[in-house]
Amino acid sequence: MNPVYYLYLASLLFTIGAAGVLIRRNAIVVFMCVELMLNACNLAFVAFSRLHGNLDGQIIAFFTMVVAAAEVVVGLAIIVSMFRARHSASVDDASLMKL
Amino acid sequence: MSPADVSTLAASAAYQTSTGEAVQFWVLGVVAVIGALCTILMRKAVHSALCLAGTMIVLAVFYLANGAYFLGIVQIVVYTGAIMMLFLFVVMLVGVSAADSLQETLKGQRWLAALCGVGFGVLLIAGIANASLRSWNGLGHANANGNPQGLAALIFTKYVFAFELTGALLITAAVGAMVLTHRERVERAKTQREQSQERVRKGVQLPPLPAPGVYARHNAVDVAGLLPDGTPSDLTVMQTLKGRGQIRDVSQEAIADLKALEQRSESRLGRERGEGTGAGAAGREDREGRETTEGATR
Repeated sequence: MNPVYYLYLASLLFTIGAAGVLIRRNAIVVFMCVELMLNACNLAFVAFSRLHGNLDGQIIAFFTMVVAAAEVVVGLAIIVSMFRARHSASVDDASLMKL
Repeated sequence: MSPADVSTLAASAAYQTSTGEAVQFWVLGVVAVIGALCTILMRKAVHSALCLAGTMIVLAVFYLANGAYFLGIVQIVVYTGAIMMLFLFVVMLVGVSAADSLQETLKGQRWLAALCGVGFGVLLIAGIANASLRSWNGLGHANANGNPQGLAALIFTKYVFAFELTGALLITAAVGAMVLTHRERVERAKTQREQSQERVRKGVQLPPLPAPGVYARHNAVDVAGLLPDGTPSDLTVMQTLKGRGQIRDVSQEAIADLKALEQRSESRLGRERGEGTGAGAAGREDREGRETTEGATR
């Protein structure tokens, strides 16, 4: 087996995540799909790091994780405040910037 | 082993991973893909979150297999430990039973989205397959002093500014989350005096509400207390539980128990009476024990 297979898996997971973002309408699940895409990218970074034999890919994956953590905090706060305002977490209902 | 053998071994090691890793990849890769598919196909957000957590754990194992030991552990601690729990927390906050509606707002959007996904995937995979990536250098050299040490050496030299910016980003995110979820109180909170005056003015329920029923076999808050006529009282249970239909009604049970008790005492008294002891029939509702002891002493 070649580590390139990890890249195939990463692209498959990224594709599934992207399709989920397009298909699902619950904001939380959409957000989870974004996380899945970020994770797929991380897997690709780690696999590339191994292919190239240096650690820069892992550093980038590490920074991706940090940014993902910050993104989750803000995104979930937005979802919670949206839910408070509209009593729904569906992205279809959030068609206006304010009530 | 001759040097030629060593060189061929090293060369083959640069083209193939071990069989164990291949087996692990195929088994866990299937699990990861199934988890990802379940994430987007499950109707309830909780199930999606749990499937995603499974996929993330599998990815952590893949990181470990790829020589990214630090990232593998961080993936488990940060992603499955913190981020997914945050997700679950918000799912619980928003309502655990909220399922997606299956009604399409845009016609054919789902099929188009799935088609786009498949096309995108084919494009990506074909692109990777086209690139000639047959030989690779493992991380043996880069990880020679340990993986976290190697990462630290890079973070604190080459990427130190990015690292500092990361700190600023995290603080901004924390402040942003607080600002977004903070709610300003619009009106003044009522004092205790005002609340009590309002209660007297309304005159609906002045004293505290009665407690729920306490029985020998049920004493939880979901059991209504019984009124003197045996019907359950609505005031004794929480309105939320009532709205959910989670109230246990023990009144029928109690009445049935009472009936059985009466019947038993009747039959016993009847037998005693047949023997001519003539125990009094007064107060025979629920004093079976006393009656029978009386009957026995006479």
